[in-house]
Amino acid sequence: MQLDIVTPEKKAFSDEIDSVVVPGIEGELGILKSHAPLVTTLAPGELRYLKDGEEHSLAIGTGVVEISNDRVSVLTDMALDDSEIDESAVEKALARAQDSMKEISTPEEVAAVQVSIQKSLAQLHIKRRRRRL
Amino acid sequence: MANLRDIRRRIKSVKNTAQITKAMQLVAASKMKKAQDQAMSGRPYADLLNKVLVNLKEQTSEEDHPLLKERDGEKELVIVVTTDKGLCGPLNTNLLRLVSSQENVSTEAVFVTVGRKGSQALSRMKRELLADFAVKDPVAFLETKQISEFAIEKFLSGEYDRVKVAFTNFINTISQEATVETLLPIRPIDLGRDSDFVGVGKDPGPLDVNPGPEYGGYLFEPSAGSVLDSIVPQYVNYQLYQMILESRASEHSARMVAMKAATDNAQQMIKDLTLEYNKQRQAAITAELLEITTAMKALE
Repeated sequence: MQLDIVTPEKKAFSDEIDSVVVPGIEGELGILKSHAPLVTTLAPGELRYLKDGEEHSLAIGTGVVEISNDRVSVLTDMALDDSEIDESAVEKALARAQDSMKEISTPEEVAAVQVSIQKSLAQLHIKRRRRRL
Repeated sequence: MANLRDIRRRIKSVKNTAQITKAMQLVAASKMKKAQDQAMSGRPYADLLNKVLVNLKEQTSEEDHPLLKERDGEKELVIVVTTDKGLCGPLNTNLLRLVSSQENVSTEAVFVTVGRKGSQALSRMKRELLADFAVKDPVAFLETKQISEFAIEKFLSGEYDRVKVAFTNFINTISQEATVETLLPIRPIDLGRDSDFVGVGKDPGPLDVNPGPEYGGYLFEPSAGSVLDSIVPQYVNYQLYQMILESRASEHSARMVAMKAATDNAQQMIKDLTLEYNKQRQAAITAELLEITTAMKALE
């Protein structure tokens, strides 16, 4: 099964994989070979894929995943692997977002800040788990 | 008439200028290449986005989407994409002339600027500025996304009925064209199509819109409508990102051309000055010889 992860800036990932778990808007979505054609929205979070029995993960932002013809295409605005995540910068961004959460009131702003918090958390999650291993 | 020393000094200073402009030309050339590459590498994203949109269009009534709905109001928000720095020929002047002409932009329009030159010029023209964004080089998608999200928010809240973008379209290295495009509302027919303005990131082949699954349609989760809701803003984000990339590529190529012209002019000037210098040197030697011979003649 082919997995492609594309952002507007680059093709972040493109390889044959065994299976993938994406953070769908309605919860995690596991995709195996010969999955039915599907399009769904993504929530910022962690994408995990299995290749040659090894699990790898990437932090991804909002976007869409499209599955057809044994091909999974992830369309997102952010895709970072372990080495690209700068932990201290992310922590600062998270703190900033959480601070601004106290000041704002309209639901749209809250939603926007929540998205950025989710993105930061996803990045931290991957970074920290990698260290424990 | 300048004396020899003055000419020598001028030659030296022109040489220095030529060196600087030559360096700037080379820097601009490599940056332009980078901007072009960046636009090209966004290609798979565009293809995929268009593919999903084409498939979605069949399953949803896209006229209902607020970002696609034409409104009667006249309030315009104009995003003006200019450069931060000068020395790039008539690029910013052309764009700002287009913006101030009334056929493209209504006189009551409110502006959002990207790039320092635009905000300076527009405040000199006493136009209303709503916000000023800075976009670093190379362009980061997350930065341009803030701008488009700002525009989407203003559009949806009903503050503005149309959002336009004034930017410089990259046609090729020596020609760039100031353009005003409507960003919002999106014309439904444009969804899933290649935009007309794509210059730098143009794919040599036809757009890859394969019909998706071999048999049957897609399943949409949770529903086609909600997928459309989330994908249309992404389409807008990507459009603006592309427009800014076009501007960047234009900026660097305009600067490259301007600096090439400056270097050529400086070389020509060095040539002229050197000729003048040699003429005067020759004249001085002749005069000296003449003096000696007259003196000898007088002694005889």
